[in-house]
Amino acid sequence: MLVTKYIITSTESSILPSDIAMKIYGSGYDLNVKETCFGVIINGEEKVVNEAVREIRALDPAGIFIKDRGFPPGDPRRCRGRRGGGARPGYYMIESESKLLPMISRALASEAGPEEKAEAPLERKPLDIKRLEEIIEEELS
Amino acid sequence: MAKVIVYPPTSMILSDLVERTGHKALVVPEQVRKLVTSTEIESPPLNMTPEEPKKGLRYAAVDVPSGVRGRMALIGPLIEEADAAIIMEDPGWLTGCAGCNRTNELVRLLIRTKGIPVLDLKYPENDSQAREFVRKIKAFLEGLK
Repeated sequence: MLVTKYIITSTESSILPSDIAMKIYGSGYDLNVKETCFGVIINGEEKVVNEAVREIRALDPAGIFIKDRGFPPGDPRRCRGRRGGGARPGYYMIESESKLLPMISRALASEAGPEEKAEAPLERKPLDIKRLEEIIEEELS
Repeated sequence: MAKVIVYPPTSMILSDLVERTGHKALVVPEQVRKLVTSTEIESPPLNMTPEEPKKGLRYAAVDVPSGVRGRMALIGPLIEEADAAIIMEDPGWLTGCAGCNRTNELVRLLIRTKGIPVLDLKYPENDSQAREFVRKIKAFLEGLK
């Protein structure tokens, strides 16, 4: 069965809708992707969509939110391009809840266990002189 | 995995938090999808057939406004399927299929009279409330496993 999902990013997330779209294009999933101002709409077979959603959520577990959508992307019954402009009826609810997403993201990040938190970038230190000498000796011997 | 109905039934935040914990969120878009993507469209554009008002009549009398019965045709079956519920205090900006106050009163009543575990919450207004909000939902959903 074909399903459609919204992938919505918190305004404080470092992930942009274009990053999500590129991730989907790069991963080779057989999905329809529509980039919007608040996130991305994806449409495809349920199993493929769920796999893609799992991969996309891993980009920023606390900052990406997923919601089901009834109509496929660009459906003429909902697409404002065909309805003479104006916001799509369900948009107001997304807009209202989007304002709360930064708070919810911070709460999720603080609630996440150590295994769920994003790995901290490794601190880069200059190579120790003795270790450098050892490497040179190993390479030249 | 429990089936959790969320109110408002179009809430992105609640449905996302339920799915994160491995449960199934019962939401209106799934019901809408069944109608609008059906291969056999009997009644374009939204495929509302005479069967839909009949479904609504199971939850609301014939003299109740048609908008309530139409909405209940979508939300009523979700309530019957639910093992638990999360209900938000009305924030004052519900729109679309969640925008009818009479339907919302009926939905909340039917959920409460069903006798399933219910978590009552209100939308957070600051960071400490948001942490409490997430903590309560997590604890409630973990208790359902």
